[in-house]
Amino acid sequence: MAAEGKTIDALSQFELIPVLGPVGRAVGFSQSNAHMLLAVGLISILMLVGIRRRALVPGRFQAAAEMFYEFIENLVTGQVGHEGRKYFPFVFALFMFVLFGNLIGLFPYAFTYTSHIAVTLGLAATVFFVTTIVALALHGRKFFGYFFPEGAPLWLAPIIVPVELVSYLSRPVSLSVRLFANMVAGHVLLKVFATFVVLLGGLGAIGPVAALLPLSVNVLLVGFEILVAFLQAYVFAILTCIYLHDAVHLH
Amino acid sequence: MIRLSHRNAWRSLALAALLSGASVLAAPGALAQQVTAPHATGPVQPSGPLPGQQGESRAVQADSDRANAVREANITANEYRAAAHDAADAGGMPQLDFGNPLMISQVVWLLVIFGLLVFLCYQFLLPPVAAVLEDRRQRIAADLDAARDARAEAEAAEAGRRDSTARARAEAQASIAAALQAAQAESAARAEALAERLNRQITEAEARIGTARDAAMGALREVATDATTALVQRLSGLTDGAAVSAAVDRELAARNPRTGAA
Repeated sequence: MAAEGKTIDALSQFELIPVLGPVGRAVGFSQSNAHMLLAVGLISILMLVGIRRRALVPGRFQAAAEMFYEFIENLVTGQVGHEGRKYFPFVFALFMFVLFGNLIGLFPYAFTYTSHIAVTLGLAATVFFVTTIVALALHGRKFFGYFFPEGAPLWLAPIIVPVELVSYLSRPVSLSVRLFANMVAGHVLLKVFATFVVLLGGLGAIGPVAALLPLSVNVLLVGFEILVAFLQAYVFAILTCIYLHDAVHLH
Repeated sequence: MIRLSHRNAWRSLALAALLSGASVLAAPGALAQQVTAPHATGPVQPSGPLPGQQGESRAVQADSDRANAVREANITANEYRAAAHDAADAGGMPQLDFGNPLMISQVVWLLVIFGLLVFLCYQFLLPPVAAVLEDRRQRIAADLDAARDARAEAEAAEAGRRDSTARARAEAQASIAAALQAAQAESAARAEALAERLNRQITEAEARIGTARDAAMGALREVATDATTALVQRLSGLTDGAAVSAAVDRELAARNPRTGAA
């Protein structure tokens, strides 16, 4: 579907296609959700198989599992403080889900569910609701003082409160769009250069030689995309931690 | 963390090359998603059951049901695909095609699957890791404590050794000093005794000399007196013993003031 009559079709890779036959169609189970399940499966395998032997001196798998664990643990305790311990599994799940979504999408024929604004917005909305509920549960009515800082002159309230409110409500938007845009841009680029390889490859004798250039660009792009995959998952997790810190401490 | 050696770098480069090569293969033709079934235009009507062929007609009925189901599924799939293609042809991104029912179901499934992952993390995935890490932390702490204890013990032993060495040295010094002192005292005593003996001998000798001289002096006086008496007698015929002895005494006293009184 990439080169339909000399045109570059970089967007069809994001199409949702139902899987699992009639059952999947009936419940609207697309390949996106299948990849989500795959990610959950891989995360579970990594954590369970990795820690299976409970070695005092870890092997490779266990070291990987422990590295992820300690990385996110340090992130949460560093950003939220010791009160954040109980939200650590939530942040861990977020980080791993986004990271594996980004990484699985780099494999050929695989689907990147983090390239769908609906998915990233769903995750960001989850973060938004979780942080808001945590703040309300911890501080009750005092939470609304978050939108009007203590000690500010009262006549500024009509300006400050809307601004704070808008900035609070724009969190899920920025969180979701950042991830979505990064993933889409990366995959569109990969697809475009891959199409160049195919188109140039069909140019006769000089084709294969000319096709080497976009191919090498794609090689570099894949490396860059791996970096972006980690980076965006990290950004998602650390912003979640910052929002949780605000929820726990109210500034 | 991750060692970046040359070999690793080449390996990752090769992996990236493999991935992008495969994505090139994926580029020209996506997977065909055709549901294999005859394209029926209308519901398949089962032919009426022939007499005496009930089972067969039931099979035919089932066949036609299956065909209908496949046809309906095909229609739905085609609708999805057509909708997606329409969206793509319109220049829109499939991600922004919110009319697609798969979009809503995708989010619902996302919440279900992500909820499952969060549940798994809270219940099964993270506690074992926490336990292992805690166990290791305790082991390391215990080992460190043991090492610290051992070091304290070694330091105490070292201090004890140093103490005992110092004590031994002090004792040795003390005994050397005592021996020296004893030797000095002994030699001093011996010297004193010797000096005393010598002094005594000197005194004795002086006394002997004194007596000898006194004896000699006494004898001298007698001789002098006798000689003087004899001389005076011969010269003057007088015998005045008292005067002569006084004169002799005077003379002797003048000659020898030490025994002047004698």
